[in-house]
Formats: sequence, structure tokens, C-alpha cells
Amino acid sequence: MANHASNQFKNGLKVMIDGDPCSMVDVEFVKPGKGQAFTRVKLRNLLTGRIWERTFKSNESVEGADVMDTDMEYSYFDGELWYFMDPNTFEQFGADANAVGDTKKWLKEQDKVMVTLFNGNPISVTPGNFVELEVAETDPGLKGDTAQGGSKPAILTTGAMVRVPLFINQGETLKIDTRTGEYVSRA
Amino acid sequence: MTDWQPTAPIENLRRRGEILAQIRQFFARRDVLEVDVPLMSHCAVSDPFIDSIEVAYRAFPEAAAETLYLQTSPEYALKRLLCAGSGPVYQLGKAFRNGESGRRHNPEFTMLEWYRPGLDEQQLMDEVAELVMPILAVDKVERLSYQQVFERYLGLNPHTTSLEALKTETRRHVELAMDDDDRDSWLNLLMSHVIEPQLAELRAVFVCDYPASQAALAQVREDASGRLVATRFELFVNGIELANGYYELTDAVEQARRLAADQRQRAELGLPQRPLETRLVDALAAGMPDCAGVALGVDRLVMLALGAEHIDQVIALPFERA
Repeated sequence: MANHASNQFKNGLKVMIDGDPCSMVDVEFVKPGKGQAFTRVKLRNLLTGRIWERTFKSNESVEGADVMDTDMEYSYFDGELWYFMDPNTFEQFGADANAVGDTKKWLKEQDKVMVTLFNGNPISVTPGNFVELEVAETDPGLKGDTAQGGSKPAILTTGAMVRVPLFINQGETLKIDTRTGEYVSRA
Repeated sequence: MTDWQPTAPIENLRRRGEILAQIRQFFARRDVLEVDVPLMSHCAVSDPFIDSIEVAYRAFPEAAAETLYLQTSPEYALKRLLCAGSGPVYQLGKAFRNGESGRRHNPEFTMLEWYRPGLDEQQLMDEVAELVMPILAVDKVERLSYQQVFERYLGLNPHTTSLEALKTETRRHVELAMDDDDRDSWLNLLMSHVIEPQLAELRAVFVCDYPASQAALAQVREDASGRLVATRFELFVNGIELANGYYELTDAVEQARRLAADQRQRAELGLPQRPLETRLVDALAAGMPDCAGVALGVDRLVMLALGAEHIDQVIALPFERA
């Protein structure tokens, strides 16, 4: 992989730090009144999720990481791995629980997700901002209560638990914002 | 595409315009002359850590290009005017610095720089405070020495602490792989990463009496304890560096020595050798009045006045859209 000099750093750049692939979350140029400039970077370790800060001298460079974000379709779960397919190459990738993380509760077959590959292996899976999932279980809906007023828990077919308005019934399909885990509307 | 649009809201540009007018009124009332020195020069700044933007000048379209430099500050030119008897002068205009781009930097930025014959740096700090207090709605500006801020926020003396101890202290606060045997690099890291953010609690503060090694174009004199310090100050507001001023060096021989030292350091660091402004040395040899001078980042002043988080919010068309 190419090396990146600190003056080419930008948000989203993927680099290797201490052997792990990391993504730059925030890049700040620091220049004292007199003296050399520094680049202060907030990094996210793509394997562990840890976010921390490191400072680089202006002429320092770091190795790029072979990390690719690829749009894929979720195929199935075999009890151990979650399988995703690249719709362009039809290639299948198996991701373990570590890579799938919390995203598993939003995975519905054939849904589009973004799979991050490091040296060709999935290291994280990001769902679309919105998913449409069916309610598997919730208390019966209250007739007439269609506008404001309380909420209740609902379990979706993927196992995710979300708060929904009282008028929602079992079997309905809902639109959920995966970034907040909140109910948006009926689908 | 929306990148034809300014990044700064029009309301911010209106406030910016008002602040520029306020600055000009301030100097008009005090009989400081506004001048308009060149932005493009045959010489470049000597400071190894400031990179001038090169421009190619041609006498006619097919001629070989002559390299000129966009000014990183009007300092050299303004000092030549002072030596020619201009009296107090200021420039409110553009300056350019290669590679300086970020939340608080735009490679082309607006700088206010002024010189006051007969004032020392303490008196100039008074004037800087009088200019910025009404713009920023601040009612006082504290004054602390470089040593005091290091003692207050890190419990160490920046002048006497060993290089190794500075490295250890820095690595306690900042993760970094680099090494360096220049004390100033470590002091700068501690200042920018640890102290500056905490200076925000004071709202507005002048830090003065910098280490002699960070004098740039300031005079060096003994402080109360007999240590050599630079007669240099910086103004920080909300932890953001806003202005940098000196009781100016007027000694031509020392000026020539510092230019040569910068050029040597550039060579050691593998940085480009650029033509030095020897006309400044000639001007000082002809006689520069004792004076204090200061440069202030106007974009940052507007950011602070408006509470803007990013410089793009106060510059109509920043670098990427220029």
C-alpha cells in the first residue's frame, strides 16, 4: 500500500497504526505561532472500534491500509458466520460475530449493507440508514390511538427491540433508523 | 452542484464587514496610517516552518519564468517603511501560507499587522486589548508569562526542565511516534496540545516572555530572574491563538544573523532555500525606530466574535471554492 504523508491526511483515510487498520475520524492542522506544524488525528481502530488521538509531525508518513468499503447483499446466517454477496462479482464473504457486531439485529435477507474488507476479509458491516422490518411480537394495538401518546416495546423478526407507538400491531412492517435504533414510521 | 455558493452565511459576511470597518476606524482615530504593501515579492520569509507559495512571473508569455513569492505576512515590507520614516502603519490585507489548511487555517487568509514606534510590547498589548475587547465583548485580558502558564497547567519550568523530562511529559499527554532533539518542538507540543485548550478558562490572555530560542524577530532581554527571554507575546482567546507581537529587533547585524540561521536550519531540514530579504537588513542598518509590532488573524477574530467553529463559516469562498 502507498504511504500517506501527514499533509495528505483527511477524514476517512484508512491507515495502518501499530499493525491495525484504522480510519481517520477527525484531522486537525496545528501550527504554533513559531515552529513546526503538526497534524492531530482522531483515529478509529477498525478491528476494536477504539477511538483515540495521535499527533504526527508535518513530514511524517504512515502506511495506507488495504481497506475497502463494498456494497453487498446480506444472504444468510449458517449459525456461525453471516454471509454477504458482492452483487457485481457474486463472490460470497463470511463475517464472524466480531465483524457483524450490533448490525446483526438489522440484517434481513437481500438487504443492502456496506461490508468493510481488510486484506479481503470482512471486519465490519454497516447497515443502511433505514431498514424495513416486520414486528414479530408486541402487545395488541390500541384502536383510535393513532397520533400522540405513549409507546411500547416491539420485537422485530431479526430480534431487535424498538419502542413503537401504541397503535402498531404484530405483523406490520416498520421503517427503523439504524443509527439511532428508533422507529420512524410504518413502511 | 452547490460549490458555487459561499460557505459563509451572508449574515456572517455582513458582521465580518462591520468588524473590518471597526478596525479601520480604530486606527483612523489613532492616526495610524493604512498602507498597502506588496503581496508578491522577489524574496520569501526565512522562517523554516512557514512555506511561501511560489508564483511564476513572465515578462512576456514565452519568457522563462521568474519565481516570485506570495507574502506570508507584510512584516518585512512594513519594517522597510518604518525605516524610511513612515511613522505608525498598519496593513489589513491578505497573506498566504502553503499547506496551512484546517479548521482555523485557510492558505489565503486576512491578516492585520501594525507597528507602533515609541511603544514597547507591554504598551502594544494595551492597544491590542483595546482593539479586540469591544469586538469580542471581553472586559479584560489577563497577562501571564510563558513560564507562568507552564507552571500553572503543567507544574514545570519551561526554561530549566531537561529535554528528556519535556519528552516524557509530552508523551504523558500526547500520543506520538516522532522524536526530535529540539526543545522548542516539545514546548510547542505541550503548549498547543495541553496548555492552549486550558487557556480557554481565562477567556482572553496574553502570554509573554517566550524562550529566547522562540524570539523570531523580537528582541531578547533579561527577565526579573536574569534569564534571557524574547520580548514576544501571543494573544489567546478561548484557547485560540489570535495575535503574535514583538518588541521589534532593530539591530541590522543581529537581523542578518537570524536570517542566515534560518537559512541554515532550512538546509539541515532539507527545506527549500529561498531568496532572503536582505533589503530588510539594509533598512535596519539605515535605522529603524524602536517600536513594537503585532500581527492578528482577522478570520479568527471574526470566528471568535461570531462563535464560528470553522474558518469556512467566516470566509466567503475558502480555498476549495476559490
